[in-house]
Amino acid sequence: MSITQHLPVLQVALPLLAAPLALIVRQRRVAFAILLAASLACLAISLALWNHVQDGSVISYAIGSWPPPWGIEYRVDRLNAFVLVLVSGMASLVLLFSWRSIEAEIAEDRHYLFYTMFALCLTGLLGITITGDAFNVFVFLEVSSLSTYVLIAMGQKRRALVAAYQYLIMGTIGATLIVMGIGMLYLMTGTLNLYDMAERLGPLQGQRPVLAALAFITVGVSLKVALFPLHQWLPNAYTYAPSAVSAFLAATATKVAIYVLLRFYFSVFGQTIFLDLPVRPLLIALALAGMFVASFLAIYQLDLKRLFAFSSVAQVGYIVLGIGMGNAAGLTSSVLHLFNHGITKGAIFLLLGLVVFALGGTQLSRLKGLGKTMPITSIGLVICGLSLIGIPGTSGFISKWYLIMAAVELGHWWLVFLIVSSSLLATAYVWKFVDVAYFQSPETPAAAGRALPLTMVLPALLLTASTLYFGIDTRFTIGSATGAVASMIGAQP
Amino acid sequence: MNVPTNMALLACLLTPVIGAVLLGLAGKRPNLREGLTFATAGLLLLVVASLIAPVMAGQTPTLEIADILPGLSLSLTLEPLGLLFALIASGLWIVNSLYSIGYMRANGEANQTRFFVFFALSIAATMGIALAGNFFTLFVFYEILTLVTFPLVTHHGNAAAKRSGRIYLGVLMGTSICLLLPALIAIWVLTGTTDFVSGGILAGKVSPALTLGLLVLCMFGVGKAALMPFHFWLPNAMVAPTPVSALLHAVAVVKAGVFTVVKLLVFIFGVDHLAQTGAAGWLTIVAGITIVVASFIALKADNLKRRLAYSTISQLSYVVMAASLLGALSMTGAVLHIAAHAVGKITLFFAAGAIYTAAHKTLVSELRGIGHTMPWTMAAFSIAALSMIGLPPTAGFVSKWYMLSGAVAIEHWFAVGVIVGSTLLNAGYFLPIIYQAFFHKPDNNSHGQAHGEAPLSMLVALLVTASLTVVLFFVAEWPLSLARQVQ
Amino acid sequence: MTTLAGSFTYLVTFLLMMAGFFIIIARGNLIKKLIGLGIFQSSVYLLYVGPAKIVGGTAPILAAGFTVYSNPLPHVLILTAIVVGVATLALGLALVVLIRESYGTIEEDDILKLDILPEPETEQA
Repeated sequence: MSITQHLPVLQVALPLLAAPLALIVRQRRVAFAILLAASLACLAISLALWNHVQDGSVISYAIGSWPPPWGIEYRVDRLNAFVLVLVSGMASLVLLFSWRSIEAEIAEDRHYLFYTMFALCLTGLLGITITGDAFNVFVFLEVSSLSTYVLIAMGQKRRALVAAYQYLIMGTIGATLIVMGIGMLYLMTGTLNLYDMAERLGPLQGQRPVLAALAFITVGVSLKVALFPLHQWLPNAYTYAPSAVSAFLAATATKVAIYVLLRFYFSVFGQTIFLDLPVRPLLIALALAGMFVASFLAIYQLDLKRLFAFSSVAQVGYIVLGIGMGNAAGLTSSVLHLFNHGITKGAIFLLLGLVVFALGGTQLSRLKGLGKTMPITSIGLVICGLSLIGIPGTSGFISKWYLIMAAVELGHWWLVFLIVSSSLLATAYVWKFVDVAYFQSPETPAAAGRALPLTMVLPALLLTASTLYFGIDTRFTIGSATGAVASMIGAQP
Repeated sequence: MNVPTNMALLACLLTPVIGAVLLGLAGKRPNLREGLTFATAGLLLLVVASLIAPVMAGQTPTLEIADILPGLSLSLTLEPLGLLFALIASGLWIVNSLYSIGYMRANGEANQTRFFVFFALSIAATMGIALAGNFFTLFVFYEILTLVTFPLVTHHGNAAAKRSGRIYLGVLMGTSICLLLPALIAIWVLTGTTDFVSGGILAGKVSPALTLGLLVLCMFGVGKAALMPFHFWLPNAMVAPTPVSALLHAVAVVKAGVFTVVKLLVFIFGVDHLAQTGAAGWLTIVAGITIVVASFIALKADNLKRRLAYSTISQLSYVVMAASLLGALSMTGAVLHIAAHAVGKITLFFAAGAIYTAAHKTLVSELRGIGHTMPWTMAAFSIAALSMIGLPPTAGFVSKWYMLSGAVAIEHWFAVGVIVGSTLLNAGYFLPIIYQAFFHKPDNNSHGQAHGEAPLSMLVALLVTASLTVVLFFVAEWPLSLARQVQ
Repeated sequence: MTTLAGSFTYLVTFLLMMAGFFIIIARGNLIKKLIGLGIFQSSVYLLYVGPAKIVGGTAPILAAGFTVYSNPLPHVLILTAIVVGVATLALGLALVVLIRESYGTIEEDDILKLDILPEPETEQA
């Protein structure tokens, strides 16, 4: 009985254990240490799991040795291994960043509570990703959501409370819709195991309850994904949450929800659902709407955090567009962008956290002349902005390449031009930052602000560097993505 | 392929980059910084020169840098056209550096270190374009060039600079992302490769209609070639300091544009494939219209740099039009014109900057009699202007001769008419300047004081490029031999 | 055969779902929204538990002489869902308390009006 056999359950159990430990300990230093140890262990586990499944094999772990489909099964294949690495990697970096960043944003006697909630959020996200049981998805979804609401509410301004409340209402509606869909699937198939469900759904194709379940799950997950027009909670939530929380959420929350969508569509329902319901055109239409509307709204924002929150909605549109197109290149682009956008947006919000730490806020009026007062941060934001636009040499270019390629392969030239036009919109809102940072002078000479601690600067720069790195050395990202797509639809792009 | 030659390719890219880093570090000591600029530029020229022999011998050194996407790699390949461009860029960099140092110091410009650093990076990106082994690599460096020249265009940092920077980025990024990138991806999806191959890669795989569509996307997608209606970033970029204008209009940006056009026509689309499908006919018309319209606008422009900008737009379309004729003679003329226009236009801009520095004059109407106070400058200006018009003994004559012969040979009377007519127009907006400068009474500068010639370093640079214009006429055979190989 | 009477559970489920949803979007009072959310969630419980009763089935305890048992699994699932609902409600109410302390009101319209004004420099509780 070696420990490596139990890696799947440890992936979830370790952060779950860290949460009450941090709560009991109350000492912020010790709580931080526990959390950091747990998240680094999670990173190691997820890398080990990723390594194990790269040859196409699947890890199946029965919780409590109850065999599936009666017991809950944790199942790791190439798709969720990739997402596990993203979530645990981001958690470790953001945790390191948060050590100093929350000093400025949360009262000191509450830091241990922050770490507790962070541990629960991490548990939830990892659990959603690794589980093979439908109801388990709902449970972990709620675990991560509830802890997210608390984390957002810890923001400095009172608007964080309202943002958290709004997210609570909308998120719970979404989760409830998902569980309704799961309920209908259970009633039709008699099982909760995702893979068993897939087999039993075979002869049931096209029946109304199955289609209704598909609809409920799609809408519910779209709420969590912040697909237009169900994105209303996102701008406020990202803007008013503490910087570390914004970074973590931007990098992982919507991405895990996308994973849920992919898992249900391809592993449970199978590709034939696309024939019964007009899911594809709907996804494409909503994705395009999100891409354009959110990019437009981003251009008019006066606060950088809010601007990049809208940018997130637009970028999620790209991911959903890839799913909507449905061919191998499109799905590869979605999985790629899931990762690439995760690290890019994570980097952006960490860099913005540096700005908050030094200058106290991210309103554009406060950031005049940032290019001179915080040169490295500004360059970092420009580089990540270039990745959002999709300039070659950055990771965003790689996912955009596959997306355009997917549209070309389908012969949808109108779609190609819509995709590239939205990149121009991204140029417009990145330009807003460049304009303020480099073409305007600082308000007061003393606007340079406090010195930045290394534990904050390193994660931010590391993520910025990875945005560039994964734009050049794409073996990890493209390899994982094509493997994931192969496991989903059995084809290579 | 022996190893040292391949490493020389990488050295072409790395030398300016390392130079840029060192320049940035030496920012506090201007003399060291300028010395480093010269050292780097000189070193680059040596490296490029070392590649002349292998290419003349028929070799095509190749170097793969990285595999970015499965099946798509960032790779460098040197062939005659690329070598010609690389030589122009690296050779003129030294001269431009000499000029820039004089200009920046004489005008007391701020942020000089930033200027020289991004200058070096621009040259690096230009080298990348010149040496690109496939369309993908070309695209990557093309985008990088737009980004690293942006701080140069907006050097002054004022509202006018910001506005022109926005237009610069907007047009160049817009065309490359919206038009060129889809064409690149489509070509890759359709043919499975983006390598530059003699004879093109589309023949037999892409239908005539699709070829036409892709050609439209590519030609308008190369915004740096200033084909109308995507030309207006060029005159707007005149707010930049003159060394930047010289760089943009002679050495790097626009040359990268027309270089890309020729490279795509010959090595992606293929001359024979285009001739068969007749897909390039519209390009001759559009380029011809650009030539004529730009010349008319230049006639009416009073601001000297604006007149030179529109002259550039029309000269670039000479290259595009001649290349689009697809004949051997006109293609040679097009390639040679890349070189001829480079040395000629850089001289003109150097002169404009010298006039501004010494006499603070920017308008053509102010240039009466300036030939008496700035004889060397105006002599150089005159030689370069003759090259633009296409009169012997300048390089412009040789390239125009080939272009005209090529048009006549295939009996494309529209092209012939455009070339002849625009020659007259060129004379119309250059000769009066020369006449006014030399044959009118001398004038004072805008402050009412007498002024002399430009600072020495600027003057030397001017004269070097002007003499190059003449020299290229006499030793035309050597660049011609390179140009002829581009088929 | 599906009759209206036979679909009674589903009709009630649907009614609860819509009633809850209506309350959430139509009422501006934050606590009323939470009540609506609770009603919305309870429709799910009914959706699961209703079909758990198998026609002719007895309580799910193994005994001799019985072959058809009702399904206990949905009950288990709904217990979990109820706990989740309770936690959500508790969290929502805690947020409402804090909002009341910070804004002085729990009406959505008033909060929106206050949000347009610049933030007061008070410490958040």
